[in-house]
Amino acid sequence: MQISKRSQFSLRATTYGLLFLLYMPLLLIFILSFNTASSLTWPPRGFSTRWWSTFLDVESARAALISSTRLALIAMVNAIVLGSMLSFALQRFEFFGKNSLSFLAVLPIALPGIVTGVALRNTFVRFGLDLGFISVIAGHTTFCIVVVHNNVVARLRRISPNLREASADLGANSLQTFRLITWPLVRSSVFAGAILAFALSFDEVVVTTFTAGAGIQTLPQWILNNFSRPNVLPYVTVVATIVMVISLPIAWLAQRLADPPNEKLV
Amino acid sequence: MTSKAKPSSTIAISLREVRKTFGEVVAVDSVDLDVFNGEFLTLLGPSGSGKTTVLRMVAGFEALTSGSILLDGEDVTGVPAFERDVNTVFQDYALFPHMTVLENIEYGLKVKGVARDERRNRATKILEVVQLIGFADRKPNQLSGGQRQRVALARALVNQPKVLLLDEPLGALDLKLREEMQVELKSIQQRVGITFVYVTHDQSEALSMSDRVVVFNAGKIEQIGTPQEIYEHPATSFVASFVGITNLFSGDRAQQIIGRSGTFTLRPEHVQISFDSSQTGLSATISSIQYLGAESRVHCTTKDNLKVIATVANEHLSRVVLGQLATLVWKPDAVFEVS
Repeated sequence: MQISKRSQFSLRATTYGLLFLLYMPLLLIFILSFNTASSLTWPPRGFSTRWWSTFLDVESARAALISSTRLALIAMVNAIVLGSMLSFALQRFEFFGKNSLSFLAVLPIALPGIVTGVALRNTFVRFGLDLGFISVIAGHTTFCIVVVHNNVVARLRRISPNLREASADLGANSLQTFRLITWPLVRSSVFAGAILAFALSFDEVVVTTFTAGAGIQTLPQWILNNFSRPNVLPYVTVVATIVMVISLPIAWLAQRLADPPNEKLV
Repeated sequence: MTSKAKPSSTIAISLREVRKTFGEVVAVDSVDLDVFNGEFLTLLGPSGSGKTTVLRMVAGFEALTSGSILLDGEDVTGVPAFERDVNTVFQDYALFPHMTVLENIEYGLKVKGVARDERRNRATKILEVVQLIGFADRKPNQLSGGQRQRVALARALVNQPKVLLLDEPLGALDLKLREEMQVELKSIQQRVGITFVYVTHDQSEALSMSDRVVVFNAGKIEQIGTPQEIYEHPATSFVASFVGITNLFSGDRAQQIIGRSGTFTLRPEHVQISFDSSQTGLSATISSIQYLGAESRVHCTTKDNLKVIATVANEHLSRVVLGQLATLVWKPDAVFEVS
């Protein structure tokens, strides 16, 4: 389609303007993490790597980083297993309540986290389950399943069901068919879903707050709790930058794997 | 695979009272059929006639509701697809998109544990048969429709199955390519000598390729015969009208035109249009003319509104004028009674 030079220019300006507004705050955090001052003043007073070299000495930050990583890894594994199995079941079989199940499975991503959080907390408490690491994992798994499921289901829809028949027809048993045909074709979508699940879990605050017991503090919670403490504030910028540096390549990779632009399935 | 195949009298597949229902719907209703070794057998019928379901039951993709299937004399009714010595060419080819042409073709041998060198050997030979030498390292999405079709064929043939099942394999190709592939499929079948069971709804495809044709309608077999028998001596009015086009007379019309009661078929190419008023025959007006290239189809209407179709060679077309009154003549032995 042809568009005029003027609209072309204004479209471009709007696009870059919006992208700048979206990403400038991230850049500011990054720059401020090298600031000499211990408050978020602008412009930065001077360059220093002091906060970077010492943040691991902050016991609470280190513990939070470890808990967040552990939590995200476990929630991710849960999501891989449950989400993939769910999508295979929904794709391959016809059964009573299939549509409802599919809807209920993806609901947690649409529900406000605060609703999920309150509901889970009430349930745990009512049934006498202690709030701790396990309860947070359960909470995170609910929405992590969804991203794996969505990715895998989208891929399965693009794979002709005849492929499994063709494989059986050529003499492969179901295990061989899974290993040689199904898995290679869905693999990248499972990975894409998994790393998205990791990223989602890694920066989740709301559900975590409601389901975590007294002893648990994740990285986002640590950031939130220390945001108003002048002495710790510079470390917050460091931690935020780290979260960013971890998340960006993950998001990029997930997008690449989920929908390979040049690989058309036949 | 070098012997030139001739259908023999030994039986490759037997279907015994095979029945398949999907809920209330009867897809295949008590079908008995013997397929001979080395023959090219076509299951012909409109969509929903049960022909594809029969093929899928032979392949092992659908369980039978009742009856049995024998492969080479052995009952395979409950045997899963991967343990049956038959291979299928799918309508959408079902090539594995993540594998190259060579890997696709070697797949069947690989899962059966055939050694790498022998695999490579047999795959290369079959690539030659389907004229795809040089395409071994391509992925399916880098091939044209016709090439994918050949890969699907090669992937099945390389296993040297007792029977090759083909489910409308040319359906997705354009007309020109389809006709080329018809000739080629037939010649490949004769070269490799494997029994082909071919499903199609295209009657010209069935007539041009098959040793025998099985006409299906509503889950039942209407007629089994050579293409010639099917076309020239259709057993039922369904076969007569589904295979080629025909004029059917029944009831009062039959009494009036043929002089007997029953249902009769008369092929258009046996109807002659005469403008000689002294000739005895059926008087009719030329109501429309369909030009078909090599010949034309002339639609005639009698005064009591009976429609008769006649085929006219184009060199005689100039004599046929729209709206003209003509006499339609045919030889008595061109008329066949059908049930």
